[in-house]
Amino acid sequence: MKKKASNQGPLNRVWMFFSSVRLTVVVLLSLAFTSVIGTLIPQNASEVFYLKKYGQGWSQVFTSLDIVDMYNAWWFLLLLGLLVVNIIVCSFERLGYTWKIIFPKKVVFRLERFRRMKDKETFTCDRPLDDLVGRYEGLLKKRVGKVTRETTETGAALFAETGRWTRIGVYVVHLSVILLLVGAVIGSIWGFKGRVSIPEGDTTDVIELRQGEHEHLTLDFSVRCNSFDVKFYDTGHPDEFKSNITLLEKGKEVLTTDILVNHPLRYKGISLYQSNYGTASARNVTVSVTSRDSGMVYQKLLEFNKPMDLPENRGRFVMERFAPGYNFRGHNLGEVFVGKVIAPDATETSVIIPLKFPTFDKMRGGQFVFAVEDFEKQYYTGLQVNKDPGVWYVYAGFILMIVGCWVTFFMSHQSYCVEIRNQDGAGALVEISAVANRNSQSLKLKTEKLATTMKELKS
Amino acid sequence: MMNSSMLLSITTFVYAFVSVLYIGAWTFKKEFLAKLGMAVLICGFACNTAGIGLRWVESYQMGYGHAPFSNMYESLVFFSWTVAALYIFVEFKYRERIIGVFATPLIFLAIAYASLSPNIADKISPLIPALKSNWLIGHVITCFLGYAGFAVAFGFSIMYLVRSEGKDEKGLMARLPSSAVIDELTYQMVMFGFLFLTIGIITGAVWANSAWGTYWSWDPKETWSLITWLIYATLLHLRMMRGWHGKKIAWVSILGFMAVLFTYFGVNLLPGLHSYA
Repeated sequence: MKKKASNQGPLNRVWMFFSSVRLTVVVLLSLAFTSVIGTLIPQNASEVFYLKKYGQGWSQVFTSLDIVDMYNAWWFLLLLGLLVVNIIVCSFERLGYTWKIIFPKKVVFRLERFRRMKDKETFTCDRPLDDLVGRYEGLLKKRVGKVTRETTETGAALFAETGRWTRIGVYVVHLSVILLLVGAVIGSIWGFKGRVSIPEGDTTDVIELRQGEHEHLTLDFSVRCNSFDVKFYDTGHPDEFKSNITLLEKGKEVLTTDILVNHPLRYKGISLYQSNYGTASARNVTVSVTSRDSGMVYQKLLEFNKPMDLPENRGRFVMERFAPGYNFRGHNLGEVFVGKVIAPDATETSVIIPLKFPTFDKMRGGQFVFAVEDFEKQYYTGLQVNKDPGVWYVYAGFILMIVGCWVTFFMSHQSYCVEIRNQDGAGALVEISAVANRNSQSLKLKTEKLATTMKELKS
Repeated sequence: MMNSSMLLSITTFVYAFVSVLYIGAWTFKKEFLAKLGMAVLICGFACNTAGIGLRWVESYQMGYGHAPFSNMYESLVFFSWTVAALYIFVEFKYRERIIGVFATPLIFLAIAYASLSPNIADKISPLIPALKSNWLIGHVITCFLGYAGFAVAFGFSIMYLVRSEGKDEKGLMARLPSSAVIDELTYQMVMFGFLFLTIGIITGAVWANSAWGTYWSWDPKETWSLITWLIYATLLHLRMMRGWHGKKIAWVSILGFMAVLFTYFGVNLLPGLHSYA
């Protein structure tokens, strides 16, 4: 809607700026093109990573422009903000006009408008006018909707319309976009995302938040991991990760259940998801000790930190701990057992037994070679702990968006006019014309179909 | 005994034949070739359907039991299937035959890439835990219907540009449907694709929320599907609100399809949650 030139004050110009479709196009494309950046440059990685990969200069550029966390950067949020203002102003500008069309005081059909249309379905029919009017009225009522009859100078005209309400569809789509963004804002203000690792048998109520390293949050319930299970297919692909969890409030058990990938646990607005797992520790470790001199192999079941006497009076061995990772001269050996040999003269030598390299200890060149024959893994389960009170707004937005798109794309406000003219002695001339606010193609098909049925009705 | 790989290889050749028939119908101006093309296309589509169905059964026989939407091979085969289904629908609805010239080769290319590329394994493998969800089928079907809509729109856009180059009213170009019809069909296909891409992204978000606890995590596939969505949203605004038509819309539709292709293939080169397909 154009404003008069005299109204072009600065405020008006701002309003015009925000109500323009040009702004919409610019913002949508800017969002598209800037979003590409975040898929090419890894997000939220460590400073060292950027330095190594892009060098000093580029790392600084990335950091100062917030490209390392671009989807939360001020300029990206500004674009989203512009989109919201644009949507609100546009809707405000146009909704009043649309509203009047959707809820008119009285539905008026203007015969002249239909008469002027170029694309018309026309045929003649030799039945009496009254008969035709009656038949067509019934058909129109069935196919389209309520029929209005008007007497003309040469006969009669029938009008019917449908889908007036579908004009609201596009506003529904735009409302849905706003709901999504409102939901996202609510989620980021009143929600949290965190994680927790719980070894089998342990209980905790403290989680580590994702935003801000080493920030912690205490839940008002505690979580015990009773057991963790991982199953594999015979191909080696993982099949299932399952944690058995008990929730406790003030020390009292309230709920015991399994959490699997795709089957989270929701409790008091907080959701717990299976996200990863690992080996926390080990039990019942069987160690084999091979003597270099005699070639004898001794096997022994060990407990952590309980020394065992080595054969041939060579001192003692202590298994100290299990570690999920171990850095050996710059290489990560993966899961290892760490122990030490205490010689009779009390000198200590550390022994590392990586699971991936069973003969690793040979390299040490000691009197005995240690290897782990068997052990029972004690897992920890890694859970994601989230709270997002905005999710319902987002879901409402999802539903409105689908419904709104459907209505906007495939439905329209259609008005039909069937005019029947009495031609002296030559029967009646029937003209069918239709108009819609969009989807002219489907209107055309529907009008053709209507005409075919009307022609067949005459016999 | 016939297995799914054999059926799908046969499908590939049938689709190749369909493309040849349509191109023949156009270049030699023989309507019956296009009619034959549609008949053969329907046979190929039946074969394609049977292949997907059989693969589903085979996965149960192997003890994995999952819908055949879990890797690149299966997704390409399904992509061909959706484009074929959509094209058959469009030809019957709009009664335009020659429009298949630029759409049927896409059907062939997708399944040929699946069957012939050495990088794409056609082995049936078990489903990883993250994919074990009822959302898998809905998410994949809606996304691919979206992709199919955009692919057919892309075919029409190319046709529009070729058509508008043809000055000679009696030449090859003049045998194509009128510019107005192609333009309208492109727009219809974009709307169809947009609705289903929207539903696809939404089902993905709801699924992600139940699997990973967050409905949006800016993973590259998600982000690229959003980029695609934004480009087509722009197209719809340009068309509905600024009255863009013809060549301009054809170019935006081609740009959009480039984004679709990157979302589909390119993203696999980037790290992320969708590394499987």
